[in-house]
Amino acid sequence: MQQLLNGLSIGSIYALFAIGFTLVFGILDRLNLAHPAVFAAGALVGIELVDAAGLSVWLALPAVAVVGGLLGLVVERVAFRPLRDRPDAHFAGLIASIAMGGMLVALLQWRYGPDTRRFPAGAFPEQGYELLGARITLLQVVILAISVLLMVGLTLLVARSGLGRSMRAVAENPTAARVVGVDVERVTATTFAISAALGAVAGALFAMNVNSAQLGMGAAIELKGLAVIVVGGMGSLPGALVGGLLLGLAEVFAVQYVGSSWRDLVAFGLLFLLLVVRPQGLFGRARVREV
Amino acid sequence: MRRSLPVRTPMSPMSPTSPASPTPRTPRRHAALLALSSAVALALAACSSDGSGSSGGSLQGEGTGDACTIADPVPVGAALSLTGAAGSYGESQRKGLELAAETLSDDGVTYELAIEDDQTDPRQGITVFEKLASDGVSAIIGPTLSTVAFQAQPIAQEEGVPVVAISNTADGITEQGEFIHRVSLTEGQVIPQTVEAAVAEHDLEDVVVMYSDDDAFTESGYQVFAEALEAEGVDVADTLTFSVADTDFRPLLTQAKAADPDAIVVSALIEAAVPLVTQARELGIDVPIVGGNGFNNPQLMADAGDAAEGVIVGAAWNSAATDNAQNTAFLEAYEEANGGAPDQFAAQAYAGLQAVDAAVRAGCSAEPDAVRENLSALQDLDSVLGTLSIDENRDAVHEAVVQVVDGGQFVALG
Repeated sequence: MQQLLNGLSIGSIYALFAIGFTLVFGILDRLNLAHPAVFAAGALVGIELVDAAGLSVWLALPAVAVVGGLLGLVVERVAFRPLRDRPDAHFAGLIASIAMGGMLVALLQWRYGPDTRRFPAGAFPEQGYELLGARITLLQVVILAISVLLMVGLTLLVARSGLGRSMRAVAENPTAARVVGVDVERVTATTFAISAALGAVAGALFAMNVNSAQLGMGAAIELKGLAVIVVGGMGSLPGALVGGLLLGLAEVFAVQYVGSSWRDLVAFGLLFLLLVVRPQGLFGRARVREV
Repeated sequence: MRRSLPVRTPMSPMSPTSPASPTPRTPRRHAALLALSSAVALALAACSSDGSGSSGGSLQGEGTGDACTIADPVPVGAALSLTGAAGSYGESQRKGLELAAETLSDDGVTYELAIEDDQTDPRQGITVFEKLASDGVSAIIGPTLSTVAFQAQPIAQEEGVPVVAISNTADGITEQGEFIHRVSLTEGQVIPQTVEAAVAEHDLEDVVVMYSDDDAFTESGYQVFAEALEAEGVDVADTLTFSVADTDFRPLLTQAKAADPDAIVVSALIEAAVPLVTQARELGIDVPIVGGNGFNNPQLMADAGDAAEGVIVGAAWNSAATDNAQNTAFLEAYEEANGGAPDQFAAQAYAGLQAVDAAVRAGCSAEPDAVRENLSALQDLDSVLGTLSIDENRDAVHEAVVQVVDGGQFVALG
């Protein structure tokens, strides 16, 4: 039971990270590898807001989202927009975003130094609950709830709202979208901003959850985020959530039943098997799209 | 309209290979360039002079022991990581060394420190060692990290300059040659004493061991723990491994809790130690946690808060536990000079120069060969670390301090 909760807790962080990732990756077909750097930035900026500025966590998280959103706009403007007309825009953007990520991490190092940083003790109410003999903290419950809420909210946004329709139109064919009157620039920028805001909040929550934030924290979760997106089905927000939780559970039960040294092997092995059985991912539809 | 000419550079076809892992790394290129250029400069300098900087005989003194008088100031080099990842350690060491140079200098012998920054970079460490050796120092203290030491020390060995390692705990440091000594205890020396004290204090019968298995330092710490536990007759109920980059230990700790051990023994770096300890307490694990050298860091209490209470750590030195006149005087003088309490790095640096001082005075000579000989023969020096000797492998021998976190600070166990 405890392990189930542990798995859900880790998994919801993976999901939160992947949801932001997949918005840009799955919907705009751009792989933004600056996302892990934004994740780290969210954590470190959040710590500074709480630690130095004395903000409460509930105020700091929206502030972190705003900072993340701004970073997303910068990433889009600097790394993706100037290259979008190139025939190899996907790869050019990907490489440019790696560069952006590296620069962002270098800036963070300049600002915060290389040391591991933490939220001050007691920044988040250290309340715990007993559930069928297992312990869970308020923070873990909040993280899981936020992941589910964001997933539902974003799915509705993409499926129902005007912005969502524009996003899908841009994804399908930017030129056609522009012809029918969609402001492609604005939609792309907004998508990046939302994505990065989520990434930054995920970083701050992750740092609180494990009581540790360092410059490389994004890199550690990046590949898992990608795996979650692919397994969940490209661009599928429910897929990112379920994929994240699955990976978390797979890791935990690998520890429980196979041995801690085999964790990654077993977890990724399971994900791989899933892909063999269902190549389009859990929630993915077989898509016909020119990339 | 001001517009640059629409000249476009031909686009190079970017090959769509797999994305390189974007792991952020500190840019070291410029450091390498710097290292290269200074190495060249050094090589040139070495060609113009004959390389040996000791200016004939003035480092040879008169008299013996306390009455020893050496005319020229004794040049002592130090290679410390003042910047880079280990910058905070190097800074403590610098303060400890400067205080030691001031305290140990008297009418007979004075010390002149040349402190150089190795930037936590092995290549820069090599450059610094080359510079110090060609400047003709009597001994080199440092470097801060074992990884730098392994690369840089062969230079001192080749040039015949004695080295005193003050913070390196890795195996094999002193095996690089007869010029390499150390005053810092290895994990292999501290951990058995820690385990022994913890077993005596808490009557441990079975424990769960956790360590990160993809890091040489924590892996070797684990080996020593495993041997020490076996020697003490303690059962290991389960051994759990994780990765150095891990920060979520709840699944492992849940496993550990299920085994219902008397204690959890952990070999991990401080980056992992803090979340591990926090999460253990959060899951309701309240048995003692015995940590390796990585836990010996005030950051543990600062960042883990109440969760750190009851953590047992072995160390070479502790401000309160090392109880001798030398240490009391050192604490006082350090506070006065730097406005804060010293840490283990400062104390070991101080002891490093104490060892050099003892060696210089023993032969009343600051010639590198004489210093080496007397360093290797150092016995029962009354130092800030306690009674310090150098054994036949040129490693330090002195009593370790086993400490436990109580009330937010390290106090002696027992």
